Amino acid sequence: SILRSQIHTNHKIENYETQKWPILDSKINTESVEFETNAMEMKKVVDNLHTTIAGIIGGNGTESNNRKKQIKLHLRRGKLLARDRVEGLLDHSTAFLELSQLAGYQLYGNENIPAGGILTGIGAISGRQCMIMANDATVKGGTYLPITIKKYLRAQEIARECHLPCIYLVDSGGANLTSQADVFADRDHIGRLFYNIANMSGMGIPQIAVVMGSCTAGGAYVPAMADTSIIVRKTGTIFLGGPPLVKAATGEEISAEELGGADLHCAVSGVTDYYAQNDEHALSQARNIVATLGEKAPQTYAPEYPIEEPIYPAKELYGIVGTNVTKPFDIRDVIARFVDGSRFDEFKKRYGETLICGFARLYGRRVGIIGNNGVLFNESSMKGAHFIEICCQRKIPLIFLQNITGFMVGKDAEAGGIAKNGAKMVTAVSCANVPKITLIVGGSFGAGNYGMCGRAYSPRFVFMWPNARISLMGGEQAANVLSQIAQERRLREGKEWTAEEDEKLKKPIEERYEREGHPYFASARLWDDGVIDPCDTRRILGLAIQAACNKPIEKTDFGVFRM
Amino acid sequence: QIRLSSNGSYKQIQKVLIANRGEIACRVMRTAKRLGIETIAVYSDADEKALHTKTADKAYRIGEASPLKSYLKMDTILEVALKSGAHAVHPGYGFLSENPEFADLCQKNDIIFMGPPAQAIRDMGMKNTAKKIMIDAKVPVIEGYNGSNQDPQYLFEEAKRIGYPLMIKAVRGGGGKGMRIAWKEKDFFESLESAKSESQKSFGDSDMIMEKFVERPRHVEVQVFGDKWDNYVYLWERDCSLQRRHQKVIEEAPAPLLSMETRHRLGKAACDAARAVNYEGAGTVEFIMDPKGDFYFMEMNTRLQVEHPISELICGIDLVEWQFKVAQGEKIPIKQEDLKINGHAIEARVYAEDSAAGFMPTAGLLEHLSFPTNARVDSGVVQGDSVTVFYDPMIAKVIVHGADRTEAINRLDNALNNTHIGGLCNNVSFVRKCLTHPEFVAGNVYTDFIADHEKELLGKDDKPSMDVVAEGVIGQLLVRSSNVDPSKGPFYANDYFRLNHAPNKNVSGLNNASIQVKIEKDNRYKFEYDGQNVEAVVTNVEYEEENVVRFDIELDKKRWRSKAVQLKDSVAIYGIEHREWSAPREKCYDDEAASDASLEARSPMPGVIEKVLVKPGEKVSNGQPLIVMMAMKMEYSVRAKADCIIKSINCEAGQNVTKNAILVKFEENQD
Repeated sequence: SILRSQIHTNHKIENYETQKWPILDSKINTESVEFETNAMEMKKVVDNLHTTIAGIIGGNGTESNNRKKQIKLHLRRGKLLARDRVEGLLDHSTAFLELSQLAGYQLYGNENIPAGGILTGIGAISGRQCMIMANDATVKGGTYLPITIKKYLRAQEIARECHLPCIYLVDSGGANLTSQADVFADRDHIGRLFYNIANMSGMGIPQIAVVMGSCTAGGAYVPAMADTSIIVRKTGTIFLGGPPLVKAATGEEISAEELGGADLHCAVSGVTDYYAQNDEHALSQARNIVATLGEKAPQTYAPEYPIEEPIYPAKELYGIVGTNVTKPFDIRDVIARFVDGSRFDEFKKRYGETLICGFARLYGRRVGIIGNNGVLFNESSMKGAHFIEICCQRKIPLIFLQNITGFMVGKDAEAGGIAKNGAKMVTAVSCANVPKITLIVGGSFGAGNYGMCGRAYSPRFVFMWPNARISLMGGEQAANVLSQIAQERRLREGKEWTAEEDEKLKKPIEERYEREGHPYFASARLWDDGVIDPCDTRRILGLAIQAACNKPIEKTDFGVFRM
Repeated sequence: QIRLSSNGSYKQIQKVLIANRGEIACRVMRTAKRLGIETIAVYSDADEKALHTKTADKAYRIGEASPLKSYLKMDTILEVALKSGAHAVHPGYGFLSENPEFADLCQKNDIIFMGPPAQAIRDMGMKNTAKKIMIDAKVPVIEGYNGSNQDPQYLFEEAKRIGYPLMIKAVRGGGGKGMRIAWKEKDFFESLESAKSESQKSFGDSDMIMEKFVERPRHVEVQVFGDKWDNYVYLWERDCSLQRRHQKVIEEAPAPLLSMETRHRLGKAACDAARAVNYEGAGTVEFIMDPKGDFYFMEMNTRLQVEHPISELICGIDLVEWQFKVAQGEKIPIKQEDLKINGHAIEARVYAEDSAAGFMPTAGLLEHLSFPTNARVDSGVVQGDSVTVFYDPMIAKVIVHGADRTEAINRLDNALNNTHIGGLCNNVSFVRKCLTHPEFVAGNVYTDFIADHEKELLGKDDKPSMDVVAEGVIGQLLVRSSNVDPSKGPFYANDYFRLNHAPNKNVSGLNNASIQVKIEKDNRYKFEYDGQNVEAVVTNVEYEEENVVRFDIELDKKRWRSKAVQLKDSVAIYGIEHREWSAPREKCYDDEAASDASLEARSPMPGVIEKVLVKPGEKVSNGQPLIVMMAMKMEYSVRAKADCIIKSINCEAGQNVTKNAILVKFEENQD
């Protein structure tokens, strides 16, 4: 018999040489007033995050009356809710890395679009990690709003970059007719969905569609283009034109079931391959299909070392970090609370001290970590570029911990070549072909966001803590710059610039930056893949790395570094 | 080497054939192996993979599953004995063990029959002969009258001879009709008249028989042993009063609440009985005992009995070893005065049965089977074996020994709690309820005990405690993930991690309801039961083998360990209670049955199709019998569930069908 302790696993630490990476000394005075204040403030924003997400998930009576009605109707048809469909697909007791929960949050004025009308995320099915995309038919009938498409395409992008088989749980009325200008014609609109299905299939990434509701017009291409498709009898329908359109076009009167139901598509048209009695049956068929793919993607980067929990409690992150992005903290204290055994092999410790670089392990896999301890100077930029090159050579995934106000400015910095040294780091980050994961733990401002692998640098995943802020620069700085310019213009005109005027100019700018720099604002627009509780950092980064490692790590070709 | 003789002298047994199956065959082999005796098993087609077949040094196939075509075939078994060169045949119990012809047949072929001489079997096999011999030997018997003289005055005189209380019952009676008890002499005529008139009305006849009435009778039996040298010993008595359907459930030795004086009297009477038929080997003399301690001879079982281990435990001997010695012509190894009662032993018979449904035997696969390590368990099956319709549905005997009766009861209860049978309805919980019933604990046992306490022992508990529901709910969830390996990375960490929320999972609740469980961080399981919010924390989860998990639950500051096993159709929980929760390992979706499941009839249990009463295309009405099947020796009709047309018949007469097999498919009646 196999004796295996599965919860709070205490893996036996074998005597690996690498096990001797030093344990970070990160003892924190948890009794200090500062710690307690920080912890309290952070708890407030985390609680707010959980309440906000609970409202998006629903099922707790906080839904709008209209959505309640939609849910009731959905259930009466014998259909499972999108979230329950996903739960039914996953392997028991395994984790689900949900993406972009805040998509569409307060995006369309008063209109509520919970989770952007589609659930996406990575979970284990029949042992294999897959990307699951499930339309939520209780939100606008599952129709595609601009944010729905953005979220859909982002999930496909992750699936393509990580080689994750795609499972489409389709239940959608098609494009949202009132938003046609923003969903139809452009490159990253609906058409791209099908383009992606075809191309991923071509790359050998399995595409599996489960039709659990309507699949009208363009939506019909999801099951039709998938490698394998399943349809649920009585609720699943597929047609290019629905009964109203058919009637308008040809005068023919026909029921949806006759026009494009399971019986037709499984027995006559051949559009679908598997016939399901109900949602549950369809999900079990989908699991069976995934089982035919094998448990592992070929050449995955498997854990090399036993998994070791950090020795410092994650909960202390609240008190270490707090919510004031202008207050500095040592990023090593964060690293110590999520890496295996709190062990960290720091690189170039005494050089370019505002950028912390080093090796650690996460759930038994080696990772390179780059974190900020202040603005980027010439030395820190070159150190970062150096470290990234090493990780690419050794094919080690990179984790960026952003808490950055930017590159250093001023005469000395410019004379020292901050532009070309910053460029070295940006080049290294841009070209690095190892999986990159970015976590914003504090501020993410200006070119600092670029040097530290912001969204534009295609990290596999970007996550934010709820205390973080992201904008071109800090609100205060932006207000100061604008006030400076206004003041100078006034002085040139020989007029006076009053304190009231200054206040009147600055206040709305600061407010605007605060609003637009908020993680929910960013996440609602998919500038990141999710806002997470700092306590979940280890888990989320671990899941992200594991998902990313489904694709073999490729060689990196760097661009020209200006020397 | 072999000292040969056919009457009374030595013949060393070096090879024994066990003409039996199941636990007793295994039990006999255990001692034989210890004594260095080679073992030969016989097996039917149904038993080719059975434990006794595998345990024996050699095994011979003797025929089909039905005992008549295998274990009861004397000639075939004898042939195997001769062919294999066995020196002796051990008949076990049941089958040929009390068949005098078989005993004769063995003797004629110079093979030792490990039982009494054929004549002793014959004498004890005939009730009337046995009774006469017992009266001659001055063994107390139940007095009675069964004659043609029905004159009331004559009957009154006979009644005086028999003594009171007296049972008067109709010759043709049954079901308690035409039966009266006369408690005292003055009641006699009134009771007789009333019995006669009732009998006349019911059966058209008023002839009566009379018998001494034993009030609140106990079943007390004595283990005796005899050898070829006219030595007899008694190995004290056993109380086997706890019976259902005339089958014993719990047996104990010694019998509770008896004086030593009574015990010696019982033993002597039993030895007198054995001596009167020149008994040899192991035997049991059964008595019926009244509350005063007076006892009467019932019958003698001329074989080793199922419940022999409890006598072994209190005497510290091995009865099968004695059987070998005595069969070889040796003397009984211990003298009566050296046989002391050491402590108290109890045995529980664990049956595959539905205790609540009239103790109906069940058959099927033993999907999960694990026995306690702190008890003697005599069993002939292992996990993965089946209990078949052909043989006795006993799964095991769980036997414990304690310093006194209370200790023995506690030990047996504990041992039964650790007797885990999954996938097959069984009587473990029922036996535990008997065992812990205050009246049983007090020693107030008698043969109607189970019938009299039926409500407490078999009553359904519709509302299990919160603890029981919690272990059921959590066990169902944990057991599902027995093949998820956390060392494969954070996706497989076995904790249902979700981003910024806790997931809900549905599991089976009571009465086909489902329970929604919220699984929060740090293995906190939350659900609602009976209007209350339950929050349990799970720790120390250990997967023993695929589909078996042990775990600690902490609920309301109480902490305990429980075990869950995923079976084919359910999850079995062995914790505070043994209970199965309906939760199939794999959900089956019948692709063909696109329409409703109500359009088919399935077999309710495994069995054999007896008759097919309808043909395809036939119109049938709701409730009309379609198929007659035999299952568990009972006839069962499969009926139409609605007015409809027979689409197809998926079985034929004589065919063996499994539980849930589709027997008939229907079509909706269009008109």
